Amino acid sequence: MDDTMVKAPAAEVDFIGEVCSIPGGEAIRSCIQCGMCTGSCPTASKWDYPPRQAIAMVRAGLRDELLSSNSMWFCASCYTCTVRCPRDIKPTDIMHALEVIAIRDGLSTKRSRTPVMYKCFVDSAKSNGRVYELGMMLKFFLRTNPFAALKMAPVGLGLFLHKRLPLKPSRIKGRGELKAILDKARALGGAK
Amino acid sequence: MKYYSYFPGCSAEAAASPLGLSVLPVAKELDMDLIELEDWNCCGSTPYGSVDKLEATCMAARNLALAEKKGFDLVTPCSNCFVILHSANTHLKELPRLREQVSEALAAASLDYSGGVRVRHLAEVLYSDITPEVIGAKVTKSLNGLKVAPYYGCQLVRPDGFDDPESPHSLDELVASLGADVVSWPLKAHCCGSSLVMSEQELALELINKLLRNAQENGAQCLVTPCPLCQINLDAYQSQVNSKFKTHYHLPVLFLTQLIGVALGITTNVLGLQRNIVSPMRVLAPYL
Repeated sequence: MDDTMVKAPAAEVDFIGEVCSIPGGEAIRSCIQCGMCTGSCPTASKWDYPPRQAIAMVRAGLRDELLSSNSMWFCASCYTCTVRCPRDIKPTDIMHALEVIAIRDGLSTKRSRTPVMYKCFVDSAKSNGRVYELGMMLKFFLRTNPFAALKMAPVGLGLFLHKRLPLKPSRIKGRGELKAILDKARALGGAK
Repeated sequence: MKYYSYFPGCSAEAAASPLGLSVLPVAKELDMDLIELEDWNCCGSTPYGSVDKLEATCMAARNLALAEKKGFDLVTPCSNCFVILHSANTHLKELPRLREQVSEALAAASLDYSGGVRVRHLAEVLYSDITPEVIGAKVTKSLNGLKVAPYYGCQLVRPDGFDDPESPHSLDELVASLGADVVSWPLKAHCCGSSLVMSEQELALELINKLLRNAQENGAQCLVTPCPLCQINLDAYQSQVNSKFKTHYHLPVLFLTQLIGVALGITTNVLGLQRNIVSPMRVLAPYL
């Protein structure tokens, strides 16, 4: 190794290691910063650090700056960057992994409502075994901005009047079984 | 008769109920036996995988374990369920540590998954197993003259779809087999904003507006999609787009199975056509 190279502090090395440990994550080491991901992203204009820059930040070890930004929360999972990347990096999967780490470490931004929406979704899926859309939507608006619910009311009413917003959740029979599986998963932990 | 395990997905029971309603009668007409996977749970969806990857994979794995006992391909009409179940299946094969942890978690409910299930999207099954030719031969009411824009969305074709990821053609062929005029439009596999329509509505409405404008400018009378999220965004939020952008869209967005059902002569109430927010009844009137 060239001894003029700057050594990254331990925490920064860990960040790259964390991202590289996700399925396909190690490919970020071969990123050539061509910008295909950012150019392909339908939401890039809203990101604090668009995809190409976010990947550069992982490699530079700028952990907290990136994890507390709104960037990955704007990923709509369209996978366009993933199918176009000339180095077979999977930016979509990397953004999902960054979201997991940001939530786990309590760094997820309040400037995007997406982290709260995702958590409401997970609570609903866990307790019923299936997602209860109405319950999840109400919880989301109560936790973020109840007034925004008023703006959403025409959409909700339209769905309700067309029999597309059931008032009752659909629950699976094996809720106990599912809870046992998820409790065990939590005890095992560790997989990103 | 062809047999499959059927995974409807949560939205097919609720906000995408026209999809849930139309799949089974169409399948029956096409000699497919879709046997609903008993007591299936949430696939482990994108939001779940963005909060906790191991738990999300366990959610998917319970479904895969239940399906493995049945021995048939696991078919879902939901593009997000497809991507999630398919990638969990691949990860469980390729990542020994993840597989170990998931096996241990499944064992807590006396379940076991050894990787033997093939996960498929219903649109792919219609295209590959049933084929546009066979569907075309069963058409009783040709949709001759109806200008339909096939909307693929994202997750049917990316990241691991069965069609070209950016210039797909399978839905075009399925729509053509029904006698309809296929509208060629550049944005047919572009993003609708998915669930960000809830948390970042302004952004999603911009994307939906682009799609509706592009379909309309290319002469579409209606759109057709297999994806529940795409249908909800383009149908239920169309009035929001109209008020935000001062547009006047009135473009019905049908589920693929609804359109096939009409061409096969299946009655409208069974296909849930009254549940579409932008009513398709006027454009479909000549064919009902």
